[in-house]
Amino acid sequence: MAVIRDMMPMFELFQPTSIADALALLDQHGAEAWVLGGGMDSFDWLKDRTKRPSVVVDLSQIAELRGITEVNGGLEIGATTTLTEVVHHPVVKAKFSLLAEAAETVASPQIRNQATLAGNVSQDTRCWYYRSGWSCYRAGGNICYADTPTAINREHAILQQDRCVAVSPSDTAPALIALDAEFVITSTSGQRVVKAEDYFLGPQIDIMHMTVLRPGELLTTIRIPATMADAQFYWEKVRDRNVWDFPLVNVAAAMKVSGNTISAVRLAVGAVAARPLRLTAVEALVAGKPRTEETASAAGELAVDGATALRYNAYKIPLMRNLVKRAIRGHAAAATT
Amino acid sequence: MDFLTWGRNPWGQRILTHISWDLFWAALFAGLIFLVAHASYMILSSNRKRGKTETDALEAANKDLPALITRHSFMARAFHWVMAFSMFALLFTAFLPIVGIRFAWVEWHWMAGLLLTASIIYHIIHATFFMDFWSIWIGPKDIPDFRAEMAAELSGSDEGPKTGKYPLGNRLYHLALVVVGLSVSISGMVMMSRVRQPIFERNPYIMADTTWGLTYVLHGACGIALVGLVLAHVYFALRPEKFWITKSMLFGTITRRQYLEHHDPRRWNVKGSKPVGR
Repeated sequence: MAVIRDMMPMFELFQPTSIADALALLDQHGAEAWVLGGGMDSFDWLKDRTKRPSVVVDLSQIAELRGITEVNGGLEIGATTTLTEVVHHPVVKAKFSLLAEAAETVASPQIRNQATLAGNVSQDTRCWYYRSGWSCYRAGGNICYADTPTAINREHAILQQDRCVAVSPSDTAPALIALDAEFVITSTSGQRVVKAEDYFLGPQIDIMHMTVLRPGELLTTIRIPATMADAQFYWEKVRDRNVWDFPLVNVAAAMKVSGNTISAVRLAVGAVAARPLRLTAVEALVAGKPRTEETASAAGELAVDGATALRYNAYKIPLMRNLVKRAIRGHAAAATT
Repeated sequence: MDFLTWGRNPWGQRILTHISWDLFWAALFAGLIFLVAHASYMILSSNRKRGKTETDALEAANKDLPALITRHSFMARAFHWVMAFSMFALLFTAFLPIVGIRFAWVEWHWMAGLLLTASIIYHIIHATFFMDFWSIWIGPKDIPDFRAEMAAELSGSDEGPKTGKYPLGNRLYHLALVVVGLSVSISGMVMMSRVRQPIFERNPYIMADTTWGLTYVLHGACGIALVGLVLAHVYFALRPEKFWITKSMLFGTITRRQYLEHHDPRRWNVKGSKPVGR
């Protein structure tokens, strides 16, 4: 196991005050530079001395990266806006409460005061084999220690297991996918905008990275369009304890319902694969159908189609099936179960 | 530049993980330098061509030979192109992600690997029982040929030795491919036990960490060697003076004139017997 030390290895710290300065630093130092947001992921890595960057670029002094603005009925959220700010923002609460609910279930109040939205979606996996500094696939080696006959893998993936079985630990990521958010990625060579679901990478595409961010790039803004404003939302996170814990499985749904018919839906789950998964097949199945127990059951069954249990995580399959079922069925029905 | 990458296992032991991918760029660069050097050499020595008179005379004396002579049978050509397809699929799926083109490559890679392995097994059986097995191998008997070839090159002569069915360079290439191809194929089959696939049960513990490290290094080194070998093969296949061989791999035959110009009929006798294809 990695030895946890309180003394971080030495690095050169930069605290730019503008996005342009930060990008110039990232461009200058390339893969050697470590981007520090709220530090909730970074300090684990640095204190464990598993990552030893020579340069750390701290974004906390950049005012233009912080804050929430209403734009065309939607929102633009700066990358370093804290989760607490997201939770308490009146427009988020009024029109996009799915995100507020998801953000409010992240860790503990102290952590939410410090953690940033961009950091929450971009954080690395919490697989302890990987974070212990052993040479697993994700760390550039040739084995997944979590996927061996004797592995302790209760929290690991049941879907899209491709050599690595680590999971995305983010709570806000499924909510942002359900809200049809877009991520603005900026570098010295310009900007690119990716859909929330395309921001995340599975091991089959890139086993060493969880997002499409490349050295020199910065996630600067998260845009939430008006598309799903005021829709019917469902958020549920199952974890071992009610505070300060990562999800075992979480589910986020944004749904528009006419009468009792589902006219539009976006559904995403987290902690079941290395990336938060948008369940497009389930969305297609339930669109146009009545919001009934039957539809919800069919959705739950389809959601876990192809799921494979590891040694200790078989429970995640019925858990995910039931969470998707409840998300489609909605709050009223969930309350009676 | 590192040649190998190392890691640490849960028992704190330093373990080999694989070769450094810097070597891929080194192999690509070395391969391209060789191509440029060879192409330059061929341009500078373009005046050295075997005289037409000798071939005219041979053709006149061998009118009884068929106008088209089978060089590669249909089954041999089918093997070659299946193997080529699987080889390109393997190289692209292995190295495109390393150069930054990201896609789900693992499944395509092992499927292409299975195709390559199947084609190698087929080729071994076909070559052993249905072809002139020894015609492709090199041995002490080739030393005089090698000397003559070198002497011709160094003296600027246009009279290099005529060969049997396969020129010496061709046979040396085949030998290299046998070693590298079998190594990459066998190591790849073993590595399949680390990924999920429907052929056999996944078991990452069939070997110790060190043995796994060596297997990955062998597989990676062979993969990189194949980059250079395939690059050279494609280059020679496209060279104008070798293109008649490439065409024979497509259509199966060479002309009587090509046969008499490049081959020694005593070493590859196609008279009086059904031509043996390869």
